[in-house]
Amino acid sequence: MRRGRGADGFALGAWAVVLVLTLPVALGVLATLLPAFGWHPAAGARAPGIAAFADLFSTPSFWASLRTTLVTGVGAAILAVMVSFGGAACLYGTRWFDRLSAVLAPALAYPYASFAIGFAFLFAPSGWLARAVSPWATGWDRPPDLLILNDPNGIALMLALATKEALFLVLMIVAALGQVPARQMLRAAATMGYGRVTAFLKLVAPQLYPQLRLPIYAVLAAGLSNVDAAIILGPAAPPTLGPLTLDWFGQLGAEDQTRAAASCIAQLVLAAIVIVAWRAGEGVAARATSAWLADGRRASGFAPTAAVFAGSLLGPMLAVTAASILVLAMWSFAEAWPWPLGLPSGWSLLPWQSGMGTLSEAIANTACIGFGTAVAGVALAVLCLEAQSEGHRRVPSWLLYIPLLVPQIGFLFGVQLLWSRLWLDGTIAAVAATHLLFVLPYVFLVLRDPFAALDPRYAKASRVLGHGRLKTLVRVKLPLLIRPLMVAFAVGAAVSIGLYLPTVFAGAGRVPTLTTEAVALAAGADRRLAGVAAAALTAMPLLGFALATVIPAMVARRRRGLSL
Amino acid sequence: MTGAPVTPGGAGLTRRGVTASLAALPLALSACGRDVPADPAKDAAWADILAAARGQTVTWTAWAGDQKINAFIGWVGAQTAARFGVTVRHAKIDDTAVMVQQMLADKTAGRTRGGRTDLVWINGENFALARENGLLWGPFAERLPGFGLVDAEGKPATVTDFTLPTLGYESPWGIGQLTFFHDSARLPAPPRTTDALLAFAVDNPGRFAYPAPGDFTGTTFVKQVLMAVMTAPRDVLYEPADEAGFDAVTAPLWDALDAFHPHLWRSGRAFPPNFPALRRLLSDREIDLAFAFNPAEAANAVSQGLLPATMRAYVPDDGTIQNAHFVAIPFNASAKAGAMVVADFLLSPEAQLEKANPDVWGDPTVLDVARLTGAQQAAFAALPTASALPPPEDLGRGIAEPHPSWHLGLISAWRERYAA
Repeated sequence: MRRGRGADGFALGAWAVVLVLTLPVALGVLATLLPAFGWHPAAGARAPGIAAFADLFSTPSFWASLRTTLVTGVGAAILAVMVSFGGAACLYGTRWFDRLSAVLAPALAYPYASFAIGFAFLFAPSGWLARAVSPWATGWDRPPDLLILNDPNGIALMLALATKEALFLVLMIVAALGQVPARQMLRAAATMGYGRVTAFLKLVAPQLYPQLRLPIYAVLAAGLSNVDAAIILGPAAPPTLGPLTLDWFGQLGAEDQTRAAASCIAQLVLAAIVIVAWRAGEGVAARATSAWLADGRRASGFAPTAAVFAGSLLGPMLAVTAASILVLAMWSFAEAWPWPLGLPSGWSLLPWQSGMGTLSEAIANTACIGFGTAVAGVALAVLCLEAQSEGHRRVPSWLLYIPLLVPQIGFLFGVQLLWSRLWLDGTIAAVAATHLLFVLPYVFLVLRDPFAALDPRYAKASRVLGHGRLKTLVRVKLPLLIRPLMVAFAVGAAVSIGLYLPTVFAGAGRVPTLTTEAVALAAGADRRLAGVAAAALTAMPLLGFALATVIPAMVARRRRGLSL
Repeated sequence: MTGAPVTPGGAGLTRRGVTASLAALPLALSACGRDVPADPAKDAAWADILAAARGQTVTWTAWAGDQKINAFIGWVGAQTAARFGVTVRHAKIDDTAVMVQQMLADKTAGRTRGGRTDLVWINGENFALARENGLLWGPFAERLPGFGLVDAEGKPATVTDFTLPTLGYESPWGIGQLTFFHDSARLPAPPRTTDALLAFAVDNPGRFAYPAPGDFTGTTFVKQVLMAVMTAPRDVLYEPADEAGFDAVTAPLWDALDAFHPHLWRSGRAFPPNFPALRRLLSDREIDLAFAFNPAEAANAVSQGLLPATMRAYVPDDGTIQNAHFVAIPFNASAKAGAMVVADFLLSPEAQLEKANPDVWGDPTVLDVARLTGAQQAAFAALPTASALPPPEDLGRGIAEPHPSWHLGLISAWRERYAA
């Protein structure tokens, strides 16, 4: 009897998680569909029909914007897949590979907005690279008039997105390699005379790819609807679809509002089409390569060369990521740094002193929302996993990916309408609840495997000794899982801290966080302050990871019997 | 910068349905119960308003794109808290249109009380739209004790906002005028008229830029060019624009911009998003000339080490657009008494003096300095001077803002031509 009741409680928790993940997305899409089809009384639109789509498709900037959106989103994903698989093929089995995964974990926590700002600092015609070689090598006594950033084709944006996504996918590959007997297969292939890269491509990659499928689709969806990096690095006239839509939302006319909603739906459909096309492309690629996979050739050929070439881009990508962090940090301590100096003309704490004043509200909001949603996310995930651990069906992983696969802009507009209907828009609570939607999937993915891998005998022993399920969970299972729990917390906080669009929508533009401030300051006059915002934004998730290292160590000291 | 998206209200779902569904979300249940004090009576004495205001928190929604202005708003909050017990919360936004949208949605949804913002920084086309839709509470400006010192005659922009009489629905707090600045060490003789500026850009390819319209400074620059090249009499700009008239009047503008753009920074294929970005291009030496609405912009940047000490500022000989900025109280503001107290404090000689200080902001006063006490006049006279401030006589060359319909028309026509 008692056991049954407990199980029901946990099952309810599991349902709550599923609801939290899917219901707002579904309602959000619905609430976006209504204005897209002409029903938006708050803005004065009460004529159901497809006028908004006609309006959208007859707007010239939409088509130009669609083109750059496709180029940047799909181009970045293709590049990222090539570089990450190529890099893994080149490095797997070398000592570099283990180091790589240690370096990449914090890189994952590096928010898009910070990265874009650092990237811009590096590559602008007046940026660090140009300064490093000017005027002595280039003869530029003033910055060259080159359209490198914000180029009309979106190349700068595409390369920045590709860099960020490639690092993410490498990390996903590292995780997926744990599920594949890669080492044994490669050893066997080596004894048969296969080259290392060829063996990886022929044996490991085909088994790896299915596990990478959902992350790759998430990368596609994110790249196609990116807003924060696109504002900073993307084309301006017109911008990609994300910022263009956001711009229409900011305008006053009812037709601007309905056109914006229609554009959200168009982006939803676009992402669906691209993902379906990608899926079809997978089949084509599988057929095209099947002969090669089985041809028995041990090395050389086009594919390994291409893999080495693509993989060799991983080095520069890591270097750019590191240099962009470094240049952010330098700007944040610069007294002044005029062109063409390679280093600031003096160092100062002043940017941080004034930054802490002007950014205090944003820092408080970011910490509150980030760490709050991370705790809530971990709690909900534990509830759900615990419910599954005793006989209930597992929550299918595609369900978890829903908030990541549906382009944010496609349902956030609707979510925002719902919040404002409740009159909660612009509150920290609304922002935090909206963030939870994106935090929970990541937290869940981090915790799922450690939870499943926990030796069930500990729990059994506790239950046999008469402890209830809750007590067993809290006193036995969770302490054993303290390390993955803390990592999940840190990852969850990092996700929340980096969110831009959900903050702007749910916050109604009135809940500043470090991400929104950094994006705003990126376009501003004072690079030092932008550097402070971006550096603080980079440091905040690292704080979470530091906690994730320190706390398990402290727990371990109190429980010497445990090897954590 | 894009605006935050805000369109509250009416997705055709019932409130109860939505409430029930969202109850699944934790954290959603905070932020209940808003305390809504009564509005001050139309004939309430100032002492009563001060008494009602004590203890109130005024949410002041204001564009937050400039750190020095944000710092000044912070200073105002500290002062009103100490003097009147009124706390100011700066709700930072990057696009005032978004806030008007929000008020409009409140109005549509019938939310006449307990609004989320108490005081808004507003002017121009946003004021026009807000008035047209009855989104502002008032008239209140004439009821502020400090309003008596406003120089409505000498500075007509303080009571006429983009040709529209303010009628007490907004209270002025500062004046801006488009002011150019340049590094005299690198550009000793900048162009002194708009025509000369167009020629300068052609002679110095890639060395001039302006923010993309939509940004108010960029839109103002386009108005300046329009005024310089238009063949129709300038008076038409002070009447509402109709479609046929707009196309005819602006035709010479587009010809001029078509010819001008290929010579701009990045060949006119990219535009800085706002005036702080424009200023950064100047400090990075990517361009030779920049402008802002604040006459003290360059002086302020010099004092912060963002621009070299050889900066100089000026207003071109053919004059530049001048306007005032205002604060208004939304129809459903929760803390109207507190909002009035803040608006009144903004008009006080002390706040105006602080704001006019080029080290703080450098925004010219709306007051008639001649009507102040001797000590106050002396304080204004003793404001720090800086070589990067425009000569005082330059600010006499002000041109009034055209009707707001031109502002909106120019933005959308510009975007259609150059951002599509």
